[in-house]
Amino acid sequence: MRTCAESFAGYFLRPLGRDYGERLLPRGLEITFCDQAFLIAGGLLWNIYFAGLAILFGFFLATGVALAKFSENPWLNRPAAGFVFVFRGSPLFIQFFFFYSAFVLLPRVGVEIPLGFTTLTLHTSALTTAQVGALFVLILNTTAYSAELFYGALRAIPKGDLEAADAYGMTGFSRFRRIIWPNMLRLAWPSYTNEVIFLTHSTTLVFLSAFPARQQSGEAFYYARYFVDQTFNPFVAYPLVGFYFILLTLAIIGASGLVNIHLNRHLPRPQRARIRFRPQYLR
Amino acid sequence: MFEFCADPSILPDWQWFACYLTSGTHLAFYRSFLVVILLLLVVAPLALGMGMLGALAIRAHFLPLNMVGRGYVNLVRGVPDIVFFLFVPIALGQGIEWVLHQINCPDWDQPIRQGNDWLVCREAKMPPVGASAWARNVYAFSMAVVAFAFVFGAFVANTLHGAMQAVPQTQVETAEAYGMTHAQAFRRIVLPQMWVYALPGLSNIWQILIKATPLLFLLGIQDAVYWARELGGAKTSLYTYPHPDWRVWYFLVLLCFYLFLTWGSEKGFGWLTLRMSRGQATAEGERQRRRRAAA
Repeated sequence: MRTCAESFAGYFLRPLGRDYGERLLPRGLEITFCDQAFLIAGGLLWNIYFAGLAILFGFFLATGVALAKFSENPWLNRPAAGFVFVFRGSPLFIQFFFFYSAFVLLPRVGVEIPLGFTTLTLHTSALTTAQVGALFVLILNTTAYSAELFYGALRAIPKGDLEAADAYGMTGFSRFRRIIWPNMLRLAWPSYTNEVIFLTHSTTLVFLSAFPARQQSGEAFYYARYFVDQTFNPFVAYPLVGFYFILLTLAIIGASGLVNIHLNRHLPRPQRARIRFRPQYLR
Repeated sequence: MFEFCADPSILPDWQWFACYLTSGTHLAFYRSFLVVILLLLVVAPLALGMGMLGALAIRAHFLPLNMVGRGYVNLVRGVPDIVFFLFVPIALGQGIEWVLHQINCPDWDQPIRQGNDWLVCREAKMPPVGASAWARNVYAFSMAVVAFAFVFGAFVANTLHGAMQAVPQTQVETAEAYGMTHAQAFRRIVLPQMWVYALPGLSNIWQILIKATPLLFLLGIQDAVYWARELGGAKTSLYTYPHPDWRVWYFLVLLCFYLFLTWGSEKGFGWLTLRMSRGQATAEGERQRRRRAAA
């Protein structure tokens, strides 16, 4: 039997790859509770990687898409609305399958784009790995959902604030940066928190769909499922992964609450919307 | 299906496709879309029932019941739904077998969980030993239904609880002033009026439910995702209909199917919202009343 310290040394960083711990995952009767606890906890690193990067890129893209959808120019708002419709209307699980089967069809050597003076080679083989391909899908997905939230917030910006900006002679980018953007974020923040939680939860689907887990390095739920398959006992690994996700959710809510206070700092206290553990189910 | 399908390798393109798309496996693929719709239709009322029980538990003044209700809603909310989709069927299956084992084989002296094995006596196996493939499918499907109802029941409970709170409190007080009991006021005043407040939330949950149905695939049910993977994969010339990797087209079809489903239900809920607002003390209800009065 392994001791807990051995489990920690052998498996906590194992999700990063074979070089960071034991070569093989624990199997059969030799699985201890500590193995499960540490391997699943280590898997969370990938959940944080997927969710963190998807949110980071998705946030800025979503601002752009929301502005495009809100614009009165049909050349901008039609494509933006179409993009949001497609990615919000179809299941993420199917999107993973669709994009993976599209990515494997790309030529392995890369796609060459002639630019006249030089040729740009896009290396496409990385797209079939979860770390790049699935992240790409997650970014598009969260962009669509967040864009819809931001679009709703843009429509709800108080008229008085816009008139005040006009009265001060603000136009263009400074009007956007000082008035529109902070207001949009403030109004969308509670539901955006909800979207961040949902996205973090959906990172569990990455390795369940088509994307392969190379060298058995996967995220937390991949390992939980592995342990249940090995021990045929769902009462340890699944509650463990559930517990970790509750901690992660609470951390997101805590961080988002701090941001929310910052965004609403100019308002009198009772008007501030609070971030709570019981948000609306907006997905 | 067609007369000319006897030897597909010599057919021109359109006839080849006509045969290919009506082969036995493709008919199973089309039927699997009905499985998705069946799941939606079965889960929706069950989740609504679970949600109603949950919402009543949250409202209860009896502390343990109240805590069960809140715990249920918050637990399901804090954990990815896929954990429950995989946990509930296997845990419930083992639970059922354990109960049957206690009833049928009381003199069994070995432990049920030996190492990594789950051993119950022959009479306690679920589905029973020798059950038909059809019975096994029904069993797996009903396990999936229970898992979906459990997760979505929690979402519905939260929405219904919010909707019950949204019914103007003064109306309940008026009802009680007329001598109605607490239960009567709930039945006659709150229950009929809460739906218009619950509808936006319920429509949202319905959309999430639609988008969760492909996860049936993970429960070992031969649903649309299963068939898309099977049929789309590259087929060598050993098969009657050889073709390269066509999975991307099959998943495109699935994508369009789900887009159509969500788009259609959005329209449906739009109509339902208008219908539900009739006679309500809300802006939309008032507008409809004025329009009828003017006509």
